[in-house]
Amino acid sequence: MEKKTLLTGLRDALADGVLGAAESPDLPVLTIRPEALVLLVRTVRRDPFRLDVLLDLTCLDDPSAAGRFTVVYHFASFLTPARLRVKVPLDGDEPAVDSLTSFWPNAAWLEREVYDLFGVRFRGHPDLRRLLLHEGFEGHPLRKDYPLRRRQPRPPDEVGP
Amino acid sequence: MSGTLKPFNAVLGWARKFSLFHYPFVTACCGMEYMSAACAHFDLDRFGAGWTRFSPRQADLLIVVGTVNEKLAPVLRTVYGQMVDPKWVIAFGACAVSGGIYDNYAVVQGIDTLIPVDVYIPGCPPRPETVLDGLIRLQEKIQKQDQDWRWRKRRS
Repeated sequence: MEKKTLLTGLRDALADGVLGAAESPDLPVLTIRPEALVLLVRTVRRDPFRLDVLLDLTCLDDPSAAGRFTVVYHFASFLTPARLRVKVPLDGDEPAVDSLTSFWPNAAWLEREVYDLFGVRFRGHPDLRRLLLHEGFEGHPLRKDYPLRRRQPRPPDEVGP
Repeated sequence: MSGTLKPFNAVLGWARKFSLFHYPFVTACCGMEYMSAACAHFDLDRFGAGWTRFSPRQADLLIVVGTVNEKLAPVLRTVYGQMVDPKWVIAFGACAVSGGIYDNYAVVQGIDTLIPVDVYIPGCPPRPETVLDGLIRLQEKIQKQDQDWRWRKRRS
């Protein structure tokens, strides 16, 4: 499916949930409201789009932007060469968005990673714990306001030397 | 050291320095250089350190190869604690020595904040020749050290 057809089709399906669309050189990019995410996912998984793979899920922190955090999703398809990037700008104070674990089980760890490093909450996630950092770590280190050289206490030894 | 054991110190040191059983604690890209140094082309075995033991219980030389994260720190301390005396530690590569380029929230700034280190091998990654040089320096250190401390420990 052509980039233009894909974007136009999704614009029609989502109506005012779409904030913007662009045909970037690599992937078509769609910017949507957080409320429209679940509807978007339901749409892209069905015909004629059939984007049935969640390739990647990550986050950006730009303190100068109006919506400070942007969660970025990459979708792909097993059936067609189509790909799609979806950007969801979130509110900076308590960033939260719906979880995609009910659609793709692999979203669970990706969302845990974003929660761990950026502090974005995913509503409906079955087990939203830290993934990479140890329990007891304070703050979210990939946020721009996390001090670069801040050191935190290490987790205690389970077996001492 | 008591007078009767003193002549044997050099013999014990000679025996220990040429029978190093090493445990590679490999976490990162330095592991490729470790493999290169350990395999036939550069051949650690020429210096009596050919036996790689993949259990810390059987090893007396811990080679920490690569970046150690804060979350991994308790694991490294446990591995060190599981080794039997006498034991030595080599910090292999810039990350193990000082944290290397990673001065951030996740990385331990040098494994000597966790466990005692005998020899530091710098480099990002170190060349195999540097590794051999570090091993030879460790052997010199073992040769010169007091081998009697186990008996002294038992008496006290």
